[in-house]
Amino acid sequence: MKNGELVRLRNVHKRYRREQNEIRVLEGINLDVKEGDFLALMGPSGSGKSTLLNLIGGIDKPTEGEVWVAGESLGSLSSNALAAWRARHVGFIFQLYNLIPVLTAYQNVELPLLLTRLSGKERRERVALALRLVGLEDRAKHFPRQLSGGEEQRIAIARAIVADPTLLVADEPTGDLDAKNADEILTLLKRLNEEMGKTIIMVTHDPHAAQRAKATVHLEKGVLQS
Amino acid sequence: MKYLRYVVAHLARAKRRTFLTVSSIALALFLFCTLRTVMTSFDAALRASDDTRLVVRHAASLVFPLPLAYRDRLAQIQDVEHVGYGNWFGGFYQDPKNQIAEFAVDVKNFFLIYPEILLPADQRRAFEGERTACLIGRGLAKKYGWKLGDVVPITGTIYPGEWRLTVRGIYAGKTEDIDENTIFFNWEYLNESMPDVRKNWVGIYWLRLHSASLAPAVSDRVDAMFQNSPQPTKTETEKAFQAGFLSMMGNVSMLLTILGSAIVFAIMLVTVNTMLMAARERTTEIAVLKTLGFSNRLILMLVGAEAVLLSLAGGIVGSAAAYVIFRNIDFTGGGMFANFRVLPETIGFGLLLAVFLGLLSGLVPAIQASRLQIAGALRKVA
Repeated sequence: MKNGELVRLRNVHKRYRREQNEIRVLEGINLDVKEGDFLALMGPSGSGKSTLLNLIGGIDKPTEGEVWVAGESLGSLSSNALAAWRARHVGFIFQLYNLIPVLTAYQNVELPLLLTRLSGKERRERVALALRLVGLEDRAKHFPRQLSGGEEQRIAIARAIVADPTLLVADEPTGDLDAKNADEILTLLKRLNEEMGKTIIMVTHDPHAAQRAKATVHLEKGVLQS
Repeated sequence: MKYLRYVVAHLARAKRRTFLTVSSIALALFLFCTLRTVMTSFDAALRASDDTRLVVRHAASLVFPLPLAYRDRLAQIQDVEHVGYGNWFGGFYQDPKNQIAEFAVDVKNFFLIYPEILLPADQRRAFEGERTACLIGRGLAKKYGWKLGDVVPITGTIYPGEWRLTVRGIYAGKTEDIDENTIFFNWEYLNESMPDVRKNWVGIYWLRLHSASLAPAVSDRVDAMFQNSPQPTKTETEKAFQAGFLSMMGNVSMLLTILGSAIVFAIMLVTVNTMLMAARERTTEIAVLKTLGFSNRLILMLVGAEAVLLSLAGGIVGSAAAYVIFRNIDFTGGGMFANFRVLPETIGFGLLLAVFLGLLSGLVPAIQASRLQIAGALRKVA
């Protein structure tokens, strides 16, 4: 990988089999993302955006081609190695937040740190820092059901950054929020990118959200548009 | 341990389901402990048996008595330290359903034969010095509220009539296996009340030996001595004698084992189903954990740990309930069980069984969860 390059995809294809039919989701994807980039991935529904994000995030593998992220060829890793890699390098932000409902905000944010060797004290400090960054340190003991949609997504972002990952991947992070909350989330993401140098790849179908990113690529029927 | 909070939080999530599952496992373990206690209670007499004690009875049947005259001849046999004798009395207190074990015993040698019967010296003297005196076990004292000096009327079934016995001693057993629900009274009192034709006949003799290794040889000597007499004897260790009673009940042990196993198996199926349902509801959550970096093995352990914890909670409740209940109620099964109590080994076995149950019931959902494909699981929700 070249200097400063964080993500590199070469000739990536993704196909699924549904009974007798082969469904081609991604075709010949070539993509480079540098450290510090904030990339928006846009396209109509079914264009393969989320699939592409899953490949970059290491939660799916390509049918063909190479996916390199943070110096690692993801296709060569076993599932356990890939899990460990994700824990170290990737922070996920989902459209529907996907917080664990039986855990408090604090406990949700702490989850990625349970996979580290940090002591309880160190984990507490990191969680407190992450909650402060998203402005929700006073909601640490609340359960997700006690939070608004915007607050839940901020907790999810805190969870995504608490382990200081190399890359943040966000799949429609504002898709389930009203305009005000969506704006707050996007401002937060921009701050993470500009002030903390976090590399972010964001899937969105919202042009306003894409405008906050530094660059935008379009996906149509599984093919990246130039 | 850092994952324990996560596991416990999930059990607390579906309170009603957790409560019902824990309750059903608790009930199964309670029944299991009870059935196993039936078996161990039958064995209590065996555990209390002393291998240095021999029982001499009529060779034909326990129903036939032996002459009192055998006493002195038995005392002459090589390696016999002490000779005692007694008759099973068989009576009830006030109501025929209050069957109590009573023995008329030779008071002079009784404590030499049964040193595990513990009694203060003054009570022993009172018992030995009074014809109509009796000893009662602590269990009986507690059950009926009898105290020293009380006159207890016992209605005989083998020896008809009302027998008024004065409580002069309340004994304790040296170990917990010693039956504390028996009445012992003076054989002389019984004998002098008999018509002439029934006088001087003994139900069984007990022989105390110096060492258990002498038992086979002494048994042979005794039976050889009386082989050709009108009342030949059968001599065996106390353990063998008690085992003979148990064998009369047929294969109760096997039946109870089958029942216990069936109960446990049924509950295991219920728990498997519960865990599968819980795992299905958490497909997204498990996918998210995997996304965060939780490995397949960690997911397997977390889901498995949940099943084990659930099962163990039920096991603790069920075993503890059995222990507490039978400790506090005087359950004798109509006189069938002298000492119905849940042994620590039974509780230990029950808890191990609960853990095993948890492991088995959690295995399938844990494997399913660990093999979950992340992208597919997340796609279903979206």
